[in-house]
Amino acid sequence: MAINEQYRTCQTTGLRVYKSAENLIKANAVVAVVFLLVGGLFGIMVALTRWKAVHLLPADWFYLALTAHGINLLVVWIIFFEMAVLYFASSVLLGSRLATPKWAWAGFALMLIGAIVTNIAVLQGGSSVMFTSYVPLKADPSFYAGVILFAVGALIGCFVFFGTLVIAKQEKTYEGSVPLVTFGATVAAIIAVFTIASGAIILIPTFLWSIGYVSHIDTLMYRTIWWAFGHSSQQINVAAHISIWYLISAVVLGAKPLSEKVSRGAFLLYVLFLQLASAHHLLVDPGISSEWKIFNTSYAIYLAVLGSMVHGMTVPGQIEAAQRSKGYTNGLFEWLRKCPWGNPAFSGMFVSLILFGFLGGISGVVMGVEQINLIIHNTIYVPGHFHATVVAGTTLAFMAVTYLLIPLIFQKEIMFPGMAKLQPYVFGLGVAGISVFMMGAGTLGVPRRHWDISQADAVLPYDFPGAANLMMGLNGMSAILAGVGGAMFIAVAVGSIFFGKKVDSTEAPTAVPTDENAAVVAEHGDEEHPAIPGTIVLVVVFFTSFVLYYFVNWKYLAEVWPLR
Amino acid sequence: MSVTPPKSRIWWNDSVPKSELIWVIVAFVWGLIMFFMMIYWHAYGEQNLSNEAYKITAEQFTEKTEAMTDKYTVREESGYPVVRPPPGSDVYMIARLWQWWPILELEKGQSYRLHLSSLDWMHGFSLQPININLQIHPDYEMVLTVTPTTTGEFGVVCNEYCGIGHHTMLGRIYVVDNEGI
Ligand code: HEM
Ligand SMILES: [Cu+2]
Ligand SMILES: [Cu+2]
Repeated sequence: MAINEQYRTCQTTGLRVYKSAENLIKANAVVAVVFLLVGGLFGIMVALTRWKAVHLLPADWFYLALTAHGINLLVVWIIFFEMAVLYFASSVLLGSRLATPKWAWAGFALMLIGAIVTNIAVLQGGSSVMFTSYVPLKADPSFYAGVILFAVGALIGCFVFFGTLVIAKQEKTYEGSVPLVTFGATVAAIIAVFTIASGAIILIPTFLWSIGYVSHIDTLMYRTIWWAFGHSSQQINVAAHISIWYLISAVVLGAKPLSEKVSRGAFLLYVLFLQLASAHHLLVDPGISSEWKIFNTSYAIYLAVLGSMVHGMTVPGQIEAAQRSKGYTNGLFEWLRKCPWGNPAFSGMFVSLILFGFLGGISGVVMGVEQINLIIHNTIYVPGHFHATVVAGTTLAFMAVTYLLIPLIFQKEIMFPGMAKLQPYVFGLGVAGISVFMMGAGTLGVPRRHWDISQADAVLPYDFPGAANLMMGLNGMSAILAGVGGAMFIAVAVGSIFFGKKVDSTEAPTAVPTDENAAVVAEHGDEEHPAIPGTIVLVVVFFTSFVLYYFVNWKYLAEVWPLR
Repeated sequence: MSVTPPKSRIWWNDSVPKSELIWVIVAFVWGLIMFFMMIYWHAYGEQNLSNEAYKITAEQFTEKTEAMTDKYTVREESGYPVVRPPPGSDVYMIARLWQWWPILELEKGQSYRLHLSSLDWMHGFSLQPININLQIHPDYEMVLTVTPTTTGEFGVVCNEYCGIGHHTMLGRIYVVDNEGI
């Protein structure tokens, strides 16, 4: 067996990095970034088409581009990157060799083939069915086949991850329990297995239907099971990017969890309750009982939301604790001002945290209220919400961690450090813009996935208020900003990885200074609980916004026509 | 640190900081409030989606809609019949590629049992500028009781992508004052 497999010891972190894991992390991350580029270009075209004054693409290209955008980003970019995260969180953090690297490569190949097959289907034009591929819209059979191959590949990746956990345990590469970040990644992988199973249950029959073996698929059944796949996969993202928040605050600032128990408990809530979330996509579908909707849309009694609210406090809280123990104790916020804002790994992580919580989290809970969904369902508010979660939250966190992976795994120096420094802010601002403006347009009724809200070709046209067009224009401008931020990321990442200077292995990388005090901070025992007044203030601000926004939306709802 | 195994092996016995504990409790209670708010609204709120729905075929739904149209059409507009059924009655609207059919004319302050179904693909009923949004499936007939409280001309936009003509799929509902008949 490959027990004597080659490894190196990272000079910066002291972690043991096995060659096989390193190569897989590199391959998955690089492919992910390529698809980010492809999907991002489609995103900008979509946004520019929805900007009335520009109206870039013709209708058929618009729907094609929107399908390509959703698939390449939500599915391909995110999941390839997650594979890299899983291998990192298991093999590297536990200092263990990877289980069956050959299988991991097979999974990688399947994912890549699947992604390419689906992309070809979409680009040929016969599969503009959106990433949801609701029946009876029919795509080319290769569209579904590609997605299925991709999913099988990802499933293999999850099992390699689990196998690595087992090996690390058997070979005693670590003592006690797995690190928190690995625990979070495990949660992500468990949810992934559930997710992929749901995906298989719905996509395999749909594939058979597309080639004529199955004659009919019920639309309501399709939506129910498809969203067990589609929504749970968002919880993989949440678990993964929250793990990354913990990872970055540990590596950059030496932060340690305020309490392992609370943070792990919060992750565990995800496993226990997230599967229920399919319901919040079905709140205005026919023939589903309110009891079922209420129980499921709230994840029992908002227990998964509870998990996220807890992380929302513990992540900044542990940063504050680490900073204070280094002597930044003046006033409420000296610790925050003295954070390494020029380090893109840190700033990206923090911007991700703030935007995910304030924009994505609050809007998600509000639109998932059974009755409030009536005034939001399928408006462009919905993409507004999930660009705050999956772009500002997940994508930005993945970008931030890339700034750590480049020196640690790729062993390259960051190229264009000045640009890297600015990147999280530019991208964050652009994405905050597209989120807020799409949400704003959604409250004015603007539909999602819609080529022309001026309805020039309609027999019975309806005029949206001027403010709606204004919002979509501002959305287009923010999209350009987000596109610039995305391009900066790709320039830095691709530049460093392929053309960067090799990190001098005797010295710590310079572009991403990891904290020298890290070890010292980590020594503090769990008994002493440093005070975190600044975080408490942040949490109070967050909670107040949440409560206000929640009740404002009930008020909006109360103004529409009565329904029974 | 989060990247190393917990410092104390028996981490689940470590004490929890007070600030964290308080937040967990506050967040939990807030979850309960939000949960009961939905139930409260079913009892006291006016905007609740009925869950009344039936399996139906496209032919059956067309038949019912045409029966209403034959009986209550008051005029024609852009090739669409404008139908004004009596208050309190059952009214129908068909979703199909790429139309909402027919045009309805309702009276303000009166309640109607609105039946919605699709004859082909999924569509999204989006009443503008009121902003009520419903998912319309083929083979399912959704029934809800609606009471228009504002007069004017309302657009029915399709907000579920339904193919290349999706953005042309518009319908209309008029709400008029009761003319004191
Ligand atoms: C430059 C960055 C981006 C821009 C400008 C952008 C813009 C947009 C716009 C304007 C829409 C169309 C909404 C509609 O017409 O319904 C959209 C949809 C969407 N975006 Fe993005 N986006 C960006 C990045 C991302 C990323 C990174 C992801 C995923 C990680 C993502 C996932 C999606 C998804 C899943 C949809 C929905 C597609 C559908 O309705 O089928 N976007 N985006
Ligand atoms: Cu439609
Ligand atoms: Cu449509």
